[in-house]
Parts: sequence; structure tokens; C-alpha cells
Amino acid sequence: MREKAKILDKDTIARSLMRMAHEILEKNKGTQNLCLIGIRNRGVYLASRLAGCMEKIENRRVAVGTLDITLYRDDLTLIAAQPVVHKTEIGFDISDKIVVLVDDVLYSGRTVRSALDALIDFGRPRSIQLAVLVDRGHRELPVRADFVGKNIPTSKKEMIEVRLVESDGKDEVVIMEKD
Amino acid sequence: MSGLWTKKDLLGLEDLSKDELELILSTAESFKEVSTREIKKVPALRGKTVLNLFYEPSTRTRVSFEVAAKRLSADVINIAAETSSVRKGETLIDTGRNLEALKADIIVVRHNASGAAAILARHVNISVVNAGDGWHEHPTQALLDIFTLKEKLGRIDGIKVSIVGDIAHSRVARSNIWGLTKLGAQVMVCAPELLIPPAIEKMGARVTHDIDEALCNADAVNILRMQFERDEKGAFPNKQEYFKRFGITEERLKKNNKNIIIMHPGPINRGIEISSEIADCKNSVILEQVTNGIAVRMAVLFLVSGVQEKKDEATD
Repeated sequence: MREKAKILDKDTIARSLMRMAHEILEKNKGTQNLCLIGIRNRGVYLASRLAGCMEKIENRRVAVGTLDITLYRDDLTLIAAQPVVHKTEIGFDISDKIVVLVDDVLYSGRTVRSALDALIDFGRPRSIQLAVLVDRGHRELPVRADFVGKNIPTSKKEMIEVRLVESDGKDEVVIMEKD
Repeated sequence: MSGLWTKKDLLGLEDLSKDELELILSTAESFKEVSTREIKKVPALRGKTVLNLFYEPSTRTRVSFEVAAKRLSADVINIAAETSSVRKGETLIDTGRNLEALKADIIVVRHNASGAAAILARHVNISVVNAGDGWHEHPTQALLDIFTLKEKLGRIDGIKVSIVGDIAHSRVARSNIWGLTKLGAQVMVCAPELLIPPAIEKMGARVTHDIDEALCNADAVNILRMQFERDEKGAFPNKQEYFKRFGITEERLKKNNKNIIIMHPGPINRGIEISSEIADCKNSVILEQVTNGIAVRMAVLFLVSGVQEKKDEATD
């Protein structure tokens, strides 16, 4: 794999997140009943950053949870060994809340499908919305994002790598291509 | 902790590496949360069949496995050997092959003969989980004991655990010694002379016959039930004598170690190996062990089921 192009850097990621925070607040008319749930791993960091942006705007803290979708994957019977199961931590009741699911990349839509199944097991939210940093297309399920940092048209041979300070030491989004 | 699970079966903790033990424990940590949800179920083993094959009476272990399998969305069938074709003379291996032909995915087996689970595992392609074989091992009980200790103490490496009771007939003691020592804990066993098997020190446990010594330095004491039903050679003291010499009482803890964690795999016999006050005291984690048993068994069923799948693909 080689790096083909850098799409976002530290500053553009920060601006995208701030814009998305504004959009989420605009659509939902503030932070009332709002909560963010990040999908492991990078969605969790993005959710907590979005919460930070919202706090700057509205001066109010929204609840942030963590979702591990491993047990809801639709390919568990296809892969060789069981993937490592991480913790799901949702320390609040999601019933009647507006839940914004947060992930780094939207691609086939299968992760989001799993996450929706998982969330419903925790309660009955008033609505579920989807925020992603990158939408790269190629959906295999009827899923779309409500809030998008950047739309990046890709070919299936390419890969999008989202790197964040929390997990990778720096903030950037790059397109990788097979040699 | 690294690496993925590669074993088709869980037969005992003797066969597991430190990494594998840690993988089970961390997976169980993730599974524990499932039982706290409004809908206590995840679809991870949807469409799989778990067969509980029990040649010995057991309620708590069987029910725990059943609850664990159901919280993973597996289908569960319970077979008690007394009411099955075993009475008509079918061997363990033939029973196992029949269960495999029914397209079961995991057999959870409890048997009175040591090594029974291993024999079964060799003769079927589906996963086998040992739920206790004779005096040999009871891996999931030890895993839930270790999980509970880790939850309470934050670590296993460097902790001191005493196991008190009928060590000779105890698969729980054996599995605990293997698991705890591999993870860096120090284990001491304490029992009357005739209830300590000769090779126990080779497994890495220290031996004492003095209950005060077992209690005074330990972080936790795991109290085993006296299995009077197994006393064929008259090696057991009588119940009153045992309680007087080895029973865990308030007085004894006051004298030695007031903060020690009290564990017991159940069923408890109040007034024989443990006094009633101690069974219910704030240091007792006996019921937390039961809760943690579900998470640990979910982790084990989840991990072994993934490996069996791979085997199927290879033979396609």
C-alpha cells in the first residue's frame, strides 16, 4: 500500500468537526435530549471531539457513549477467528433521546447496520442520526449519513485511512492505494 | 494481551498460555455488560446450537452455561445422562458423534471420569467445552474465580490466594492452581493431610495444614465444599471436627486477616466449611462469582465457536 493523497490535515479535520457540530445543533435545535455514541475505535474519539465542539458553541456538555459492534457483525460466520470484543459503555438511558452515531468512515454501511441493531437493544431512542468524518461511497445497504465531514469519491481498490492523535499520533485522512 | 483464539475446545487451564487466559478474561469483561442491558442478548451465536451433555448432576454450572448460550442467541439443548441412551449402553464417543450428526456446534460436557472431555474432543470435529471432568479440571469455574479476583484486586500478578478444603477430589482447585500460577499469583492449598494429593506441589502450590497460616497472608481465600459423597476411603474427618479445624469463621478472620476476600464455588454448606455470617459478610463475593460465571462462559462459547467455523471451511 502506498499513500496516494492526503485529503484532510489537522486544521481541516478540526474545521470539519466544528461545522458538523454546528449542523447537529442546528438540526436538533440545541443540546436538549441529544447524546453522541461513537463506534469503536475512532468513532469514539470523534464523538468526544464533537462533544467538545458543542460545548464551545452552546456551553453545555452532551453525554457521550462508546459502542462496540463486534457481536452484531453480519460476517462473524465468515471470518476465520473471532475478532477481539471490546467494551460497550453507554452510561445513560437512550430511550427517547436523539442519538447521533459517530464513525470515522462510511463505506458499505454494514457497520452502521450493526450499530443500529445494537442501539435498539439498549432502548428506544426518539431518533438516530449518523455523523461520519468521511463518506467514501460504495454502499451495500440503504444507509446514508446526516452529517458528513468530507465526501471522498474513491475506487474500491483504494483505502481511506483516518489517523487521529488519540490512536495514531497525528490528525490526517489519506487515500491509500495498492502498488 | 494479543493474538486471536485458535483452539477448537476448552478442556483445561493446564493447556492454555498466559495470553490465552488473558484473552478470555478481557473478552469476558466486554461480555459482562450485556447482562446489564434492558435486552440481555446479543446475536453473536445466532443459529448455533449448544448441547449441554451432563453425566453428573449439576444445576448451577448447567444453568450458567445455558444462560450464557442464550444471551449469545444460541439454541440450547440439555441432556442429562440418566435419562439418555447412556443408560442403554451407548459410549461417550458414540453419543458425541450422534450429537455432531445432529449438527450441534458446541458440546458442553460434564463427566465423572477425568479426561472425558479430551477424549470427546478428539473424536468430534465440533467444539467441546469441559464443564468438569472427574477430579481433573473445571476450567470455567477457575476462570470465573480468577475474573472475580481481578475485578476485586485489579490484577492477578503478585496476589496471594489460598484454597481451603477437599483439594484431593477437587477439579476446581486444580484448574485454579494452573490458571492463577500462570498469571503470576501465589497459591497455597490448605486441607487435612489425607485430602492433599501428593503431586500438588509440583503444580506450583504451597501446602499447609494450618488454617491460620492459609488465612494470614492471603488476599483471598477460595473455600471448597467438602465432597462427603466422594469419601470412599474414609479419609474425611467428620463434619463437626472439620468445621472446628478448618471452617472459616468470623473469629478466625478477626484473628488473622479481616480484609480477606471470601470465595466459594458453591453449593455452600453453612456450618461445615464456612460459617453463616462469613458466607453473607461484606467481603464475600460468592454471588458475584455466579454473575461473573455468565460473562466468562459467554466469552468461552464465543471464542471456541469461531475456531470450529474455520475447521468446517477447511474441510469444504
